[in-house]
Amino acid sequence: MNDNLNPYKPEIVTVEDTWFETQGDRAIKTLKVVFDDEEKRESWEHRPGQCAMIGVLGVGESMISISCSPTEGKFLRFSVMRAGKVTQALHELEPGDKMTVRGPYGNSFPVDDWKGKKILTIGGGIGQAPLRPIIEYVKANRGDYEDLTMIYGSRTSADLCFKKEFEAMRERDDVNIHLSIDIEEEGWPHYVGFVPSLLMEVNPSPENTIAVTCGPPVMINFVLQNLKKLNFADEQIYTTLENRMKCGFGKCGRCNVGNLYVCKDGPVFSYATLKAVPEAFA
Amino acid sequence: MDSKKLTKDKFGGFIDLLSKQKLYVPQMAGETLRFAPVDSKDEVNLVFSNTAVPPKSVLFPQTETLYEYEAGGTEMIIPEGPEEKVLLGVRPCDARALTIVDKLFSWDIDDPYYLKKREATTIIGLACQEPGINCFCTSVGGGPASTEGLDLLLTDLGEGYLLQPLTEKGEKLCQDAGELLVDAAGEDNQAADKVHQEAAEKIVRNINVDGIPQKLEDLWESPLWKKVSDACLGCGACTFLCPTCHCFDIQDEMEGFEGRRCRVWDSCMFKEYTLHTSGHNPRPTRRERTRNRVNHKYSYFVKNFGTIACVGCGRCINNCPVNIDILDILSQVVKEAL
Repeated sequence: MNDNLNPYKPEIVTVEDTWFETQGDRAIKTLKVVFDDEEKRESWEHRPGQCAMIGVLGVGESMISISCSPTEGKFLRFSVMRAGKVTQALHELEPGDKMTVRGPYGNSFPVDDWKGKKILTIGGGIGQAPLRPIIEYVKANRGDYEDLTMIYGSRTSADLCFKKEFEAMRERDDVNIHLSIDIEEEGWPHYVGFVPSLLMEVNPSPENTIAVTCGPPVMINFVLQNLKKLNFADEQIYTTLENRMKCGFGKCGRCNVGNLYVCKDGPVFSYATLKAVPEAFA
Repeated sequence: MDSKKLTKDKFGGFIDLLSKQKLYVPQMAGETLRFAPVDSKDEVNLVFSNTAVPPKSVLFPQTETLYEYEAGGTEMIIPEGPEEKVLLGVRPCDARALTIVDKLFSWDIDDPYYLKKREATTIIGLACQEPGINCFCTSVGGGPASTEGLDLLLTDLGEGYLLQPLTEKGEKLCQDAGELLVDAAGEDNQAADKVHQEAAEKIVRNINVDGIPQKLEDLWESPLWKKVSDACLGCGACTFLCPTCHCFDIQDEMEGFEGRRCRVWDSCMFKEYTLHTSGHNPRPTRRERTRNRVNHKYSYFVKNFGTIACVGCGRCINNCPVNIDILDILSQVVKEAL
């Protein structure tokens, strides 16, 4: 077996650009990276919703959602919350630094099957990262989809990711943006409250609509309940699970929900599938 | 190829032959019986009962380098391919366990580290004659003389061994042994059958596994999971010593300027195994972790691969410091599901 077929061996990428999405103890930093190997840069393909194992040699690897759509260009973006040893090392990277990437892993949002439909994303906190590629993909193929609605919230306005991009999106008349924060803040012009309540406020019609949600498990649970109240069918609801992972291809064991592996069978699941899996919403 | 016989006076010669490759046999390492390479053929002794650490540790080492690199470098060097090995004295349950681990490591994406070692290894079994007090191989599809996963099966007939070649690797070994072996006589085969049968009769523990996957599904929320896991210390002995458990972590390790990314055994009985970055844990207590261990072996693996991921070796029962007993759990499952 030649080394290039070794699924554990990552590619080296160079950090091209970095910026902070949020500040604080658990700051979120976005890393934009390109493959050092030109052939890999051209041959790499990913779909909205897939993840990659990214790492720093000498420190370790973490599974992170790819937060850009392939329609954006020949680069990858990862938005990483500083939480432990590996994410701390990733936060220390600056343009020109090297890191490792392997993947992409998992299935993806079936965005091509959703053509002709209304798309509704419902995100909370860092959970917006895997939803961002859907929004970018739909924007890049705008004529193929009906309404695009984004509901996104976080604890405070300082915890919202991708804020500048939302401002730019507000200039377009073909994306509906609804933002929320949990706690009242002076000068905040948008909704105050939890994401599942904002969803009820927006009151989207289930007709010809696909709803995709990602965020903290407790938020996902309430969003699912509310989507059911709004008469969304199980098949119209998608989520993406982000369990702890080490390998990315069904060997290391830990990401299972029931007999399914999040890295292989997911991370994207329809509610119709997940409903039958006992620990999916644990 | 028909069975062969190796008389015990030729055993030394047979060991010489096996020693042309790297030979592993059960040996005491401190207080632990495990498979280790033979330095001198005097160490070869097959009188032990089954090893405390299963032979999976040779093919899936507790710590294994995936690749090495230098501090600040970007070149990743994968260790040279595995050497040819022979494992002598593997119990049939542990060999069956390898066929279960094979399924996982060749599932969709091949795991080159395990599969290359597996390919380069000849497995010589020794039929079990004194099953342990917690053995239940016959309940889960195996037996003291099961041949799955073996290249060659040895049965101790007292004055010699009966050799049953089972694969090309096993046949080649018998050919290479040449005059060390003689053709087995009908009575030798009969004697071996008798040994196998007597061993099977010594197995006292059993469970009827019919319908267990469905029963486990039905009992997902049952209070039994709290009850059977209350005493658990979360030490992970049941999984580390399990011949079918295959879960691992991937860690980076630096020593001076030399670094390596390696995989190390991990256990679903540990809290950190599933802990999310956010602090959320989908399996927050030993109740969920015990439920996952049993479901993985007796339900999920059956759904994904069509076989129970347990060979009834009894190690998890023998080595649990608080006497948690998987057969006891399964009999409660059977009873509750009625």
